[in-house]
Amino acid sequence: MSTDKTLTPPPHTEPVVFTRDMLDWLPWLEPMAEADMTEHHIRSLVDAARVKSPYFRLLARDPDVLEARTRTDKDIFYNPEAGLPRAERELAAAATSRLNGCIYCASVHARFAATYSKRIDDVQRLLDEGVDAKLDERWEAIVAASVALTTLPMTFGKDHVERLRAVGLDDAAIADLIGAASFFNWANRLMLSLGVPATQPK
Amino acid sequence: MTDVIDSLVGISPGSKLDAIRAQRSEARKHAQASYTSLFEPKDRGGVSTDERHAVASFVAGLHGEPKTDAYYAAKLPANLRTAIATEVSAAKTKGPYGHFPKGPLSVEDAPGPTWKVSDAGRAALGARLTAAFEHTHMLVFHPRDASAASLQSLLDAGWSTDDIVTVSQLVSFLSYQIRVVAGLGVLASTL
Repeated sequence: MSTDKTLTPPPHTEPVVFTRDMLDWLPWLEPMAEADMTEHHIRSLVDAARVKSPYFRLLARDPDVLEARTRTDKDIFYNPEAGLPRAERELAAAATSRLNGCIYCASVHARFAATYSKRIDDVQRLLDEGVDAKLDERWEAIVAASVALTTLPMTFGKDHVERLRAVGLDDAAIADLIGAASFFNWANRLMLSLGVPATQPK
Repeated sequence: MTDVIDSLVGISPGSKLDAIRAQRSEARKHAQASYTSLFEPKDRGGVSTDERHAVASFVAGLHGEPKTDAYYAAKLPANLRTAIATEVSAAKTKGPYGHFPKGPLSVEDAPGPTWKVSDAGRAALGARLTAAFEHTHMLVFHPRDASAASLQSLLDAGWSTDDIVTVSQLVSFLSYQIRVVAGLGVLASTL
């Protein structure tokens, strides 16, 4: 038996729909206390401001993995060089999160997708109706490819690649889509299983 | 050291995919660093190398991507190989399924099994890996059913909070790595 215990989050309201609102996240396991964090732990956060986040202070319990995870994440989403436009990397992340059911992750990446694409209604339709929502052919192809990479067994195949090419994605853009949808299969599982989202107090 | 994703996809230096991956050199480098931190860590903490490989092999088996499956199975101690293969064939299903928080999304609830290790599997794996495999099955196929109770089962089986973070990262990282290998493999076949 471990002497460690799960946490009971303080009273909160769990969001019951997918939303673009800012949400909080409450851990089910004890994050590291700031005072106990060494330089190694702090470095693993990559952004020093993340020391305020219980999610990152919990993941800092395995600092090397956290740092590598974060640097992988940043390059997949923020590297502006060629490939898929940022808005559509975020769309793939939001679609993956919608399908897996990560309301927290979907909220963050739907906000980014809406900000970078300016297509607020389309993004909201994806959140409201799910991955079969009517968007446009290019976005539907991106969502369908993200779905095919996320479902098990995986169904991503040459037909998905052809459909993506037909709507204008080149090989680098398709590789970015694969990176973004795959990465959210990583992120969703951590967010969903280590704590719970909560609406922010008005 | 060989880049595991490159090697599983079969990306050779100078190929088109090699050039594409080079445009995301940080992601490539740190996906590999994630692998190294999980399977050849500087500090193993409370999670043994065999436990890491056992969980990885179970995840890869559940995904059924043949190259990653063979890669992780080859790292298993012989006494676990058959037991894990047996559990994989009993545990494999379709995903993602699970429940949403009660409310408007409940119409989308897709109930499915909460899988348990067989008695024979339990005897071969021991209490710690049994609890880890049951948690892993949830993470792989129905992560939105996650709960504090599921984490408590891991604590009860002797995993510490630190260990659970490592095991959660392991399953989640594999969920990424396997999809990248499958996805880039499909893309490579069209180049």
